[in-house]
Amino acid sequence: MARIFHPRSALSTNPLKQSAPLGAALAYLGIEGSIPLFHGSQGCTAFALVSLVRHFKEAIPLQTTAMNEVSTILGGAEQIEEAIENLRKKSAPKFIGIASTALTETRGEDVAGELRAMRARRRDFDDTAIVYAATPDFSGGLEEGWARAVAAIIDALVPDRGMEHVGSRSHQVTLLAGSHLTPADVEEIVSLIRAFGLEPVVLPDISTSLDGHLGDTWSGTSLGGTRLADISRLGRSRHTLVIGESLRPAAEMLERRTAVPSSVFPSLTGLKCTDAFIETLMAIAAVRDVPERVKRDRSRLVDASLDAHFSIGGLRVAIGADPDLLFSLSGALTSLGADIVAAVATAATNPVLDRVPAEEVAVADLGELEARAAAAEAEILITHSHGRQAAARLGLPLVRAGFPIFDRLGTQDVCRVGYRGTRAFFTEIANAVLARDHRPHPSDFGAAPIEQEFEHARSQTASH
Amino acid sequence: MAQALQARIDAAFVEPACGVNRSKSDTQRRKGCAKALTPGAAAGGCAFDGAKIALQPIVDAAHLIHGALACEGNSWDNRSSASSGPTLYRTSFTTDLSELDIVMGHGEKKLFRAIREVIDRYSPPAVFVYSTCVPALVGDDIEAVCKAAAEKFGTPVIPVNAPGFVGSKNLGNKLAGQALLDHVIGTIEPERTTTTDINIVGDYNLSGELWQVKPLFDRLGIRILGSITGDARYRQVAMAHRARVTMLVCSKALVSLARQLEERYDIPWFEGSFYGISDTSQALRTLCRMLVERGASADLLPRCEALIAAEEARVRAALEPLRPRVAGRRVLLYTGGHKSWSVVSALQELGMEVVGTSMRKSTESDKDRVKTIMGDDSHMFENMAPKEMYQVLKSAGADVLMSGGRSQFVALKAKTPWVDVNQEKHKPYAGYAGMVKLVSAIDRAINNPMWAEIRDPAPWESRAAPGQVPSGRAASGDATDFEDC
Repeated sequence: MARIFHPRSALSTNPLKQSAPLGAALAYLGIEGSIPLFHGSQGCTAFALVSLVRHFKEAIPLQTTAMNEVSTILGGAEQIEEAIENLRKKSAPKFIGIASTALTETRGEDVAGELRAMRARRRDFDDTAIVYAATPDFSGGLEEGWARAVAAIIDALVPDRGMEHVGSRSHQVTLLAGSHLTPADVEEIVSLIRAFGLEPVVLPDISTSLDGHLGDTWSGTSLGGTRLADISRLGRSRHTLVIGESLRPAAEMLERRTAVPSSVFPSLTGLKCTDAFIETLMAIAAVRDVPERVKRDRSRLVDASLDAHFSIGGLRVAIGADPDLLFSLSGALTSLGADIVAAVATAATNPVLDRVPAEEVAVADLGELEARAAAAEAEILITHSHGRQAAARLGLPLVRAGFPIFDRLGTQDVCRVGYRGTRAFFTEIANAVLARDHRPHPSDFGAAPIEQEFEHARSQTASH
Repeated sequence: MAQALQARIDAAFVEPACGVNRSKSDTQRRKGCAKALTPGAAAGGCAFDGAKIALQPIVDAAHLIHGALACEGNSWDNRSSASSGPTLYRTSFTTDLSELDIVMGHGEKKLFRAIREVIDRYSPPAVFVYSTCVPALVGDDIEAVCKAAAEKFGTPVIPVNAPGFVGSKNLGNKLAGQALLDHVIGTIEPERTTTTDINIVGDYNLSGELWQVKPLFDRLGIRILGSITGDARYRQVAMAHRARVTMLVCSKALVSLARQLEERYDIPWFEGSFYGISDTSQALRTLCRMLVERGASADLLPRCEALIAAEEARVRAALEPLRPRVAGRRVLLYTGGHKSWSVVSALQELGMEVVGTSMRKSTESDKDRVKTIMGDDSHMFENMAPKEMYQVLKSAGADVLMSGGRSQFVALKAKTPWVDVNQEKHKPYAGYAGMVKLVSAIDRAINNPMWAEIRDPAPWESRAAPGQVPSGRAASGDATDFEDC
């Protein structure tokens, strides 16, 4: 049980957190034919857009209501309406996901009310699904924004239905995917579910929109994602699988609304966590045995763990991430004997923080992570790309995880879930450890240097 | 086989200082210790391997392997002998003999040219030239080539004639030692000597183990003059004949070298170990006593005792917190030589139970030590086949295997913790400080939470009825149900 610590510092140094609207935008991008729309000034959108583009190396259809001084004071309803009208004209999106920002939330706009009034008035907007999530920048981070967007999508698009529909699509299961999952993670989970003869509806599904594929034509909306028709049919699933504790409120809402039973998996990284997931899939599919591929992958993970534990056992890890990712990665590493000597999270709303296997989790910034890593003599740093300065100063290897990762390619392909993803993760960490030059030196042991007399007089030139 | 080489091999086998040899009857001794290897059941290294292991830690020399590619190409940069300075020893040099070289008999010329190139490019203090099977078979005279090259280029060029097929790794060690005696030791006079100059023979500074012990010498004012060959400079090896005492660290490999240092240069020697607390103390004590006997100041003895007392107290205090983490755990030790007993007493002192120790490469006195320490010989065994070892470990006959890299995967496949204690390891475990490191490594290995996880059955191996979603997983359920996931 980790102690949650809030440093009493007025100053945030090198932020770890990404804003909530950005997380909402990311979730919205996992819906088919979608355009996320920030309700705020245009700068809010521009920064988030640049972040997303740098991370995914993709054109991102992110738009803004472009609030100005006057509309901020008088109210932004018109700006929203105009934005929707323009987006429909320009790109004909099937889905517009609105995320509020600090600016509009500080003013206190009743966007939900305004939207209801607008939709009643503008019947021409009927063929565009419009979802709104309140995601002020000053409350929570990327993970909260994502979770609120997912809840908003469910609230707006999943009809209230009776029990009788549960399981009426007998192979269908719902997968609520947390913000800590990469497109490759989602893909792996989907393939595990399919291996049991089940057909998942993923919400939101960035594995088909942000996996980095080339479309046939230019599109001003997301290039894939969950189909709206599938969202409306979530009540007919047999079961809802929820990945990430942060999605529990959304899952509870879905369960209340549809009566489809759900299971929450705070982490799918690690042997035991994946075992639990497989066990649930076996139960849902009502099978006693699992596909050969799954068995093989499990035994390969066990073998890889044996090889990697020499490097990971006793490893002093400093990690900074959103709570779900923090919990997943630290849990997997401690299962191989690592010590999480410094843990920093972005926000404290996710109760999973209590269960992070560290003595203390600081809700703070990269400055705090750097200080703690130095004080605790960490041997490896795990966080997003902004951790590179700290890693350089501390002389530690940096394993990039989370958002944003702007100085590496292929972030969408990194898979750290399931038996296969866990295996890759352990190998990645062990290799980062092995890559450090461990050549010993006399001074490591307090031994005096060798006498000059013994040295060969002529200088040697070695080719390495 | 060249007659000179055969003579050297014969000499190596009648080593009078060798414990095994001494314990043999006359008839046995005449047979030598050339144990014929069993085709299909041999796994150890060859004589070339042994020779290179013994000499390559001379860090500023060039080590040139004369042969077809495999000998060097498949084996270079695989040892963790550490250097405090020069890195030339880690650069791999070979003549990479081609078919044409062999058929046309160009080997010697190619070797000569290779020696010239290596000297031109790197100006090493010396070049060690290692023979291998093919040049030995076709009759390349590497000793003549080395002699000619040394004269021509003004740099010592030392022939190391230990082609793989003449025997085991151990024989290669001995032949390498002989090469040092014949060509290197005694060729350079030190500028100054002290009454506390020593030789350390048979330590290769693997992962810096020599440096774990060196601070103890530093504090006693003892100088390592001749190092054979851990972190050695060529000059140090050449000056080894001026040391006052030789400490022989790995008894079997270089015992002839130690004996001949005594015969030729009157340097008394003793055999000691830096593995384990009491062994380290004993080695320091003997070393100081012998130095004083040879003229070092008598106050060395009380200073040595004070150092031992302080260091032993320190290491015991450092080990104390580890005791509850390792006490009662059962160790299977599969190593050999002095390590078969030197680590045992230290582990026993921490409350660990040694369920078995292998007596490979061990002398009669090693065996006696084990009997003394463990009460009887019921825990001693010779070799253990991987299959048998797997069974022992799989049936939980031991909590941890301590061995060399070869049995690593036997342990791992039996889901049993494993600690590397052989020469390929990457952690230094020598001296007092090394003991703490070793016990920490054991602690880390056996207490890793991974073992419990991977020994648990897979979900499909347990007998839950199908069709029931495991309870307690509903979104509205108790959050603590997933304590670990």
